[in-house]
Amino acid sequence: MATTHNPDMTPGLENAYEPGEHPSWPAPSSVKGPIHWVRTNLFGSVTNTLLTLLTFYLIYKIVPPLIDWLFIDAAYTGESRKDCEAQAAGACWAFIGSRLQLFIYGFYPEPERWRVNLSAILLVVALVPVLFDQVPQRGKWLIYTACFPVIAGVLLVGGIFGLEHVATDQFGGLMLNVIIGVTGISFSLPIGICLALGRQSHLPIIRVLCVSFIEFIRGVPLITLLFVAAVMLSYFVPPGTNFDLLVRMLIMVTLFASGYMAEVIRGGLQAIPKGQYEAADAMGLKYWQAMRLIILPQALKISIPGIVNTFIALYKDTTLVIVIGRLDILGIGRSSLADSAWNGLSTEVYVFVAIFFFVSCFLMSRYSLYLEKKLHTGH
Amino acid sequence: MAEMQTAAPTGTIGSSKGKEDIILIRGMHKWYGDFHVLKNINLTVKSKERIVICGPSGSGKSTMIRCINRLEEHQQGDIYVDGIELTNDLKNIDLIRREVGMVFQHFNLFPHLTVLENCTLGPIWVRQTPKKEAEAIAMQYLERVKIPEQANKFPGQLSGGQQQRVAIARSLCMNPKIMLFDEPTSALDPEMIKEVLDTMIELADTGMTMLCVTHEMGFAKTVADRVIFMDGGEIIEQNEPNSFFDNPQHERTQLFLSQILAH
Repeated sequence: MATTHNPDMTPGLENAYEPGEHPSWPAPSSVKGPIHWVRTNLFGSVTNTLLTLLTFYLIYKIVPPLIDWLFIDAAYTGESRKDCEAQAAGACWAFIGSRLQLFIYGFYPEPERWRVNLSAILLVVALVPVLFDQVPQRGKWLIYTACFPVIAGVLLVGGIFGLEHVATDQFGGLMLNVIIGVTGISFSLPIGICLALGRQSHLPIIRVLCVSFIEFIRGVPLITLLFVAAVMLSYFVPPGTNFDLLVRMLIMVTLFASGYMAEVIRGGLQAIPKGQYEAADAMGLKYWQAMRLIILPQALKISIPGIVNTFIALYKDTTLVIVIGRLDILGIGRSSLADSAWNGLSTEVYVFVAIFFFVSCFLMSRYSLYLEKKLHTGH
Repeated sequence: MAEMQTAAPTGTIGSSKGKEDIILIRGMHKWYGDFHVLKNINLTVKSKERIVICGPSGSGKSTMIRCINRLEEHQQGDIYVDGIELTNDLKNIDLIRREVGMVFQHFNLFPHLTVLENCTLGPIWVRQTPKKEAEAIAMQYLERVKIPEQANKFPGQLSGGQQQRVAIARSLCMNPKIMLFDEPTSALDPEMIKEVLDTMIELADTGMTMLCVTHEMGFAKTVADRVIFMDGGEIIEQNEPNSFFDNPQHERTQLFLSQILAH
């Protein structure tokens, strides 16, 4: 514009190229590069500069002492709190170390703990084909994954194949969190999908059932459901049958997450243009084919952030089993604090538990980002 | 118009009938709530016939052709497609949809699948064609619409004209007897309309039965055997293209043509 108003400003440049012949020039360094990034993002304006300096100051004040407490000035060995204090002023990790077995396995009998370890390895193997679709022989591998819950159940509870029976009230610690979390996550997604589709059904009975279920689940706190599972469910099952408390908790946690999952997926379904349904119909695909091949892949892709959000919330909610007397990793931590030899080390316990949950949830969050990137097919 | 309709035989919808009249619509009505959107539609389409349907927006053109493959339900009257009566019977609907391909204004390609997968999905899942065979057929049709090199791209990476040609290829892969076009060029930039129309003209040359809702009057003149003019949910007038354009009978047709040909 400037040159048209005042051609004399840039003499000689107008005729450098014939009309339509101008090549693309590389962008000037003022719009790219690290210096440009720092200038625009950290020192773009006066406010921005002040905020940047304030942030640097806070980082300087907080991070070095934190690292000092966590690692450098921490005690890693010792038999009691006194031992720790004699060594260092920072964190007393010896406490966590001495209780590590308890944190992981709860009250699972010591000689049988290899079964928990084996289950953990088998779990990882079962997850690989679900998380990554490029693995060889994925179809057969997924059959194993589908069988994994049964294998893990047999392995952990025992009572057959010469495995000693371990009552589920001896499950505890991290193992309990993982069992409830993984079960809830893997079953709430398919149930949630069915509920979301049911809510859109043309059949009023199915629709009303799904809506009532979802609204009921969302209207009741999880703790209430867990109490119901612990106390009331035994009224509904035939007398004499021993309906395991852990199984009841698994069912309740799964149903609870399913209700939320259904609403997340419904959001995704509503974002799919009507034309996609019409194109699938016009092609002659049946309802379930259209859902499986066309609608759900797109709806689930859109819903990934919400789905993972629900997963993470569910995973952290597994600590609520403490209200019905089961000790998960957090419960074990709290009960450990009662030990007089380690009195007053609650910070270490909660930091340890927090780190455990943060690492698990952060991995889920990163995986969801990876998945979103991989499934991005548009421009 | 009236004589063409009354000429449609009424008692011979059996198997012998399907060969000649591939689509038969008799006394069809449709309502959206209280709105009477289609009024007493009578239409017979012969095999290999190419029909262009035009009319002002809101005249029910799209709704009418969408009734043929049951994307819209009609409330009154009969529709027979390829000798099969279109009722609430899901089996009949499925049978009809296999024989009727449809191309939409907004392409409606499946964005999460590649161009090739878009084309093979129907044959594989609806016609149970083996994957290899379906891919070979798909490549053949993609070559026919002149974009075989885009087979492994995603729809989002193509231009509008290319996407619409993929949509045409996708429909053809199902080997349909009838193709419905619902304003196939209305969402395209002007420079892309021609490539899609050329594809459609080529398709017409192969003897496909085509029903095409479009405002492309040039296309109607070159390709159509019959032009139908709709307004207010009724078929107002139908004729072979030369007479239709040069000598429109009804005043609403005259008005419409004067408006559309003016620019």
